[in-house]
Amino acid sequence: MKDSTKLVIFVVVFLILYFVPLQGVRIMGAILEAFFMVQEYAREHVLFCLIPAFFIAGAISIFISKEAVIKYFGAKANKILAYGIASVSGSILAVCSCTVLPMFAGIYKHGAGIGPATAFLYAGPAINVLAIILTARVLGYELGIARAVGAIAFSIIIGLLMSLFFSKKDRSEEEFAAADTGAEKTRSLWQNGLYFLVLILILIFAAWAKPAEQVGLQNTIYNIHWYLTGTTFIILMIILFRWFKKNEITDWVQSTWFFAKQILPLLFVGVLVAGFLLGRPNTNAGIIPSKYVAMLVGGNSLWANFFASVSGAFMYFATLTEVPILQGLLGSGMGKGPALALLLAGPALSLPNMLVIRSIMGTKKTLIYIILVVLMSTLFGWIYGLIF
Amino acid sequence: MEIRVLGSGCPRCEEVMKRTIDVLAELDIAADVQKITDIMKIAEYRVIATPGFVINGKIKSVGKIPSKDEIRKWVEEEQ
Repeated sequence: MKDSTKLVIFVVVFLILYFVPLQGVRIMGAILEAFFMVQEYAREHVLFCLIPAFFIAGAISIFISKEAVIKYFGAKANKILAYGIASVSGSILAVCSCTVLPMFAGIYKHGAGIGPATAFLYAGPAINVLAIILTARVLGYELGIARAVGAIAFSIIIGLLMSLFFSKKDRSEEEFAAADTGAEKTRSLWQNGLYFLVLILILIFAAWAKPAEQVGLQNTIYNIHWYLTGTTFIILMIILFRWFKKNEITDWVQSTWFFAKQILPLLFVGVLVAGFLLGRPNTNAGIIPSKYVAMLVGGNSLWANFFASVSGAFMYFATLTEVPILQGLLGSGMGKGPALALLLAGPALSLPNMLVIRSIMGTKKTLIYIILVVLMSTLFGWIYGLIF
Repeated sequence: MEIRVLGSGCPRCEEVMKRTIDVLAELDIAADVQKITDIMKIAEYRVIATPGFVINGKIKSVGKIPSKDEIRKWVEEEQ
């Protein structure tokens, strides 16, 4: 950071601290609310949702061979397959925008071309495992699933449209480089499959929600969910002990730690900011009164969806911070449709990443891509709002 | 020896850089080590998953953080 930038930041912070009317009831309430919201996350979501999710993300980045996926993005890859893989592979390849953008550039310049590249760019941030898990946990399964399905379906449509508009000579001749590390296979496919299944089961059982009524299967499972968590945890230990080498386990823990290190501080700030601006759901205690939120993005009008989609497109969300912010907005009266529109347009686009995308594929294509994302997100949000 | 670490500035790429420098220090070998952060330059290596590790133009690792032992092996091979 340049010294001049630092000076500007100091002056801004100084002016805020100097003039902020801390005695104001609204501001005191909002500051308190920020900490209430952080505490809610600490109590509800960190131990039994985020931590298992980080371990899953860590395992994916260590044990799933990326080469197997990457070959479907190559210049000579089957086109239909390339779109399919591009729309879903974000779940295992993309955890932050710093991995999405280089992959996008690679696929666009040297691989399967603009269609699959933009499909990947759109779907990647929305369907990475951490995002899906936290969205479903905090905002509800409906919205979590709608987000994943919407991102996958619309990424293919956007990709196809982009390649329709700009179809000429967008394929290169060469293949991607494969690393010749000669890593040996230590486990069979079903052993790896079982390992991932057990990880996911631990997450599901540990995070099992208490049902509203004390009847039915959900309640039965809730009553024994700690035993189930314990049992699956013991199975995991056995799997690790029997099938994994010591250095693999170290690698796994280390890569989990990297995700936590990278994501938790930003998420912490995101939750504080969301709490300060919007307050916890249904408290109307944030600095922004609920009525303004309800006015701008309440209900399910096309305008509300469009507004949510455009503001999402320009705003920058660090990985996962879209979740607390949306939680605050939904609690202040945002409609479900606009919420989905924001979820679809938000993480896929931001002002900084628009600039990078522009440097990769030029102004015209970037503009068309942004317009497509905004329109598609608006449309899908609106349809979702009509149904639910 | 020419070592390039490809990555656009995420902590995982920093870690590869750190390990590389550690290994070179342990082996007491001088090498031209650079971190490539420009996305277009990364694409030119045809590496699409970052972090990438390239030694004397040979791509050794894509999309993961190599262990120090792996890096040591590659460095010794290239000597």
